[in-house]
Amino acid sequence: MLDLRLYMAQRISALIMIPLTLGHIAMMIYAVQGGLSAGEILARTQGSLAWMLFYGSFVAAVSVHAAIGLRVILFESFKIKETILNALSWTVFLGLLYMGARAVYAVTAL
Amino acid sequence: MSNIRDMPNGQTMEVRVWRSDGEGGRFEGFDVPQRESQTILDVVSWIQQNADSTLSYRFACRVGMCGSCAMMVNGQPRWTCRTHVKKVLKNNRLTVEPLRNLPVIKDLVADMDPFFDKWVKAEGVFHPSKTRADAIEAISSEHPMRVEADRAIECINCAVCYAACDVVEANPDYLGPAALNRAWTLMNDERDAGHDVRLDAVSQKGGCHNCHSQQSCVRFCPNELNPTASIAGLKRETAKSFFRRRD
Ligand code: SF4
Ligand code: SF4
Ligand code: FES
Repeated sequence: MLDLRLYMAQRISALIMIPLTLGHIAMMIYAVQGGLSAGEILARTQGSLAWMLFYGSFVAAVSVHAAIGLRVILFESFKIKETILNALSWTVFLGLLYMGARAVYAVTAL
Repeated sequence: MSNIRDMPNGQTMEVRVWRSDGEGGRFEGFDVPQRESQTILDVVSWIQQNADSTLSYRFACRVGMCGSCAMMVNGQPRWTCRTHVKKVLKNNRLTVEPLRNLPVIKDLVADMDPFFDKWVKAEGVFHPSKTRADAIEAISSEHPMRVEADRAIECINCAVCYAACDVVEANPDYLGPAALNRAWTLMNDERDAGHDVRLDAVSQKGGCHNCHSQQSCVRFCPNELNPTASIAGLKRETAKSFFRRRD
C-alpha cells in the first residue's frame, strides 16, 4: 500500500536515520567507555540545542519510517480498508512522535 | 498417442487435478501411465483424452513460446509444456491446479483478464513519438538503454511470476512483476514518448513501490527474466522524477 510519496518518505527517513544511528551508537560507546554516570550524561545533554536537534530529528525520522513500515505489514496481513489504514498509520506516527518527543524533552530540556 | 511408449514396467503415477466450475471446487484423482520425456502438459492431456473429456485446460504452442499453459504443479507455478514430470514428481504424486492469484473460469483454466488489465494500467503500451512519414530511427543494439531493454524483453506473458508473487496475493491492486517488467522495457525504448505518463502509472497505489524485492518472480520465470531488477529500475526512475518534476 505504498505510492511514490510514502515510498520516498520511507527512504528519506531511512537516509536520515543512518548517520544518526551511527552517531548514537558512537555516543553510547564513548559514554560507557568513559564511565559516565547518568547524572554526568544529563549534565551534558540538558540545555544543549545540538543534542535536542540530534535526537529530535532521530525521533521524527523513526516515527515516519516505522509508521509506513507498519502500514505495509498491516495492509498485507489483514487487508485493512484504506480509511482505517490511514487512521492507524497516523496513530502510530503521532504515538511514536509523542513518546519520542517526551524522551528528548526529558533528556535535553533544562 | 500410440507411438509414445509407456514405461516398460507399466508404472503409473497418482495425479490430483483441481476441478471447479469457477465457484468452489475439489481435487479429483487419476492414475496416469508414466512415459519417457513426459511433460505435465502431456499428463493433463492424457487425462483429458483418456479419462475425462470434460477436463478444461489451456495450451497452444507446446514448445514454450505462447505462455498459455501455466499451472500450479505441486504448489509451484510452472509452464507445463516445458516441465518434465521427472523433475517435479514427488512420492509418485502430482498435484495440478490453476494458476494462483487469478480467478478460475473452469478446472485448470485461470481467468487472465486481471493480469492483462494490469499491463494496460502499468502503461505497458508503446507511445509513438513519430509518424509513419518520419524516417525509422536507428537504435544501436549496444546502446545501454537497448541492452537494458533486451534483458527484459523475452516475456511470454505466462503469468508464472504473477502467480509466484506474494505481494500480488496480499494486495490485489499490485500491478505485479510482468506488467512492471514490461513498463521497464518501454522506459528504455528511446522511440517511446510516454515516459512521464508511465512513471505516473507505475507510481499509483498498486505500483512498483510495493515490491518487496524477494524475487519469487525471478526464481520461477521460465524465461529466466529478472522482473525484480526491472522494478528496481522503475523505483530508481520514479525517485529521480520525484525531485525533477517538483522543480
Ligand atoms: S520481487 Fe517484487 S514482483 Fe517479484 S515476486 Fe517479489 S514482490 Fe513480487
Ligand atoms: S516475466 Fe517471465 S514469468 Fe512473468 S509473464 Fe513474463 S515470461 Fe512469464
Ligand atoms: S503451450 Fe505454449 S508455452 Fe506452453
